[in-house]
Amino acid sequence: MSVDDDTFEQLLDSVRRYVRERLIPAETRVEDEDDIPEEIVQEMREMGLFGLSIPESFGGIGLTTLQESRLVEALCYASVSFRSLVGTNVGIGSQGIVMDGTDAQKAAYLPALASGEMIASFALTEPDIGSDAAHLKTTARRDGRDFILNGTKRYITNAVRAGVFTVFARTDPDRPGGDGVSAFLLPADTPGITVAKPDRKLGQRGTKTSDVIFEDVRLPESAIIGGPDNLNRGFRTAMKVLDRGRVHVASIAVGTAQRMLDEATAYAMSRIQFGQPIAQHQLVQALLAESQAELLAARHLVRATAQEYDTHGQAILMASSSKLFASEMAFRVADRALQVHGGAGYMAEYPIERLFRDARLLRIYEGTSQIQQMIIARRMIKEYEERA
Amino acid sequence: MGENAMKVLVPVKRVIDYNVKVRVKADGSGVDLANVKMSMNPFDEIAVEEAIRLKEAGMAEEVVAVSIGVKQAQETLRTALAMGADRAILVVAADDVHQDIEPLAVAKILAKIVEEEQPQLVMAGKQAIDNDMNATGQMLSALLGWSQATFASEVKVEGDNAVVTREVDGGLQTIKVKMPAIVTVDLRLNEPRYASLPNIMKAKKKPLDEKTAEDYGVDVSPRLEVVKTTEPEARKAGEMVPDVDTLVAKLKEKGVV
Repeated sequence: MSVDDDTFEQLLDSVRRYVRERLIPAETRVEDEDDIPEEIVQEMREMGLFGLSIPESFGGIGLTTLQESRLVEALCYASVSFRSLVGTNVGIGSQGIVMDGTDAQKAAYLPALASGEMIASFALTEPDIGSDAAHLKTTARRDGRDFILNGTKRYITNAVRAGVFTVFARTDPDRPGGDGVSAFLLPADTPGITVAKPDRKLGQRGTKTSDVIFEDVRLPESAIIGGPDNLNRGFRTAMKVLDRGRVHVASIAVGTAQRMLDEATAYAMSRIQFGQPIAQHQLVQALLAESQAELLAARHLVRATAQEYDTHGQAILMASSSKLFASEMAFRVADRALQVHGGAGYMAEYPIERLFRDARLLRIYEGTSQIQQMIIARRMIKEYEERA
Repeated sequence: MGENAMKVLVPVKRVIDYNVKVRVKADGSGVDLANVKMSMNPFDEIAVEEAIRLKEAGMAEEVVAVSIGVKQAQETLRTALAMGADRAILVVAADDVHQDIEPLAVAKILAKIVEEEQPQLVMAGKQAIDNDMNATGQMLSALLGWSQATFASEVKVEGDNAVVTREVDGGLQTIKVKMPAIVTVDLRLNEPRYASLPNIMKAKKKPLDEKTAEDYGVDVSPRLEVVKTTEPEARKAGEMVPDVDTLVAKLKEKGVV
């Protein structure tokens, strides 16, 4: 059962208010402490933000992709670091289980992920394997009915907070590509797992990414997402999860772009130069207007993609187009918004300095812009060939 | 009366959201409310919160929210239910969002609802932020002949009494009133909780009765005539002065110091 429109508007309203009254005022503290205060984490649990995309029958809210997109956009009006805390439970950390998990796996993990009692983390990227994820090197070697996992994962979001990892590992050494990969659900307290110290980053302070090292970690075949029948099919799960995830990331981009544009507009209205607010100067207007037009274009592309996803269960070309366009748009808006601030924009006293740094990651994570371009072009070629 | 049997009635009003910049209608007849974001009156939110806390502390058994106004006030009631009220009563008394139901009419309808519901406590906001009347609670008290404690910044239930600290000019006054009673709440009583997403979902299943003003036999036609509505005078632009001496001179010139 999906959330009806009236109820959804009420959810959205509540999140917007929470963002305005609690999250935005806490932004500088998150930046200074490089962590999200425990009381905010607890509030975010109580608000139900961890369970946005998990079905209601497992204790979540069960939003459609379109509703999730709009809600994430509203949430990302505040620093995107807050979104990162719930992001793995809402997106890549839970969706593999929702999409391909067995009933037992769903029952075991989803309620705790929906409430935020447990944090999920998604471990695909490796030191030598980023965009070329199909050639990952982490291995899960069969040992009777168990597997022995060895390898290192890199930049793993929320690893230090994780209760469960979705780990992708090669289960068929004879198949070097995506076909030899399986997805495992691995409780974080399993012996042999080391989570390294969190990385230092350009922006998005308060988010936590780390290396995760697996040394002879023993796990049963029932840990394969979807059960033993899904052996060597993990890469498909990864791609499905990332497909929906692209709509999510594009929504983040739209939300933060709106914030940055509002910051720029407010500054332009209050800053007086040459005897009038700089918003009255045409070259400043050009910066604002271009941003506004692109922001609207991105928002409507993202929502159309989400709608497509809800209707057809996939939206590969549109999802990559949304992720590409919205993240590139957000960074152009970030740059213009900072420019509107002039010298003040380079100073940490104004939020735009932080928002600018935070926005840079959007063009990289969950598939770089270049990977999105490849996906789009390959899809175009395939569709052309199918028509011909 | 057993402490646990207490029922609390909380009237809530749908008003223009406190974040919205208010605009006066061109004809001066009032404030433009068309397509404007509306929310629960902030003082009423504090009343809802306090009632829920009484319930959570085992002092109250049921919290009933009631709203009188346009049909859309059911959104406001849904918020009260999402915060933790048990059920709600909507009294539709107007079609046009611009028709404000005056305090006396509201008090008369509330008095009828009190007769039906028999609460031991009515917890209301001290005033609504739209017209700032600050009258409904007091009028209800007069109509029912109940004790009243207004501008509450602390409420304690002790047996059959409510011990209420009131924010009065120049300090705090603590009074003890016999229940049933009406308490109107002030800003510093508590910090209302957010309606969480899971609770908004659950609130959909809570009962919301819909009534009309006629059901209670109350004539809600306005007794007051609004003669004129004007916007506050615009703030004058500031002036930058080069140093403290000039500042002091300017202030003296304006007769401020």
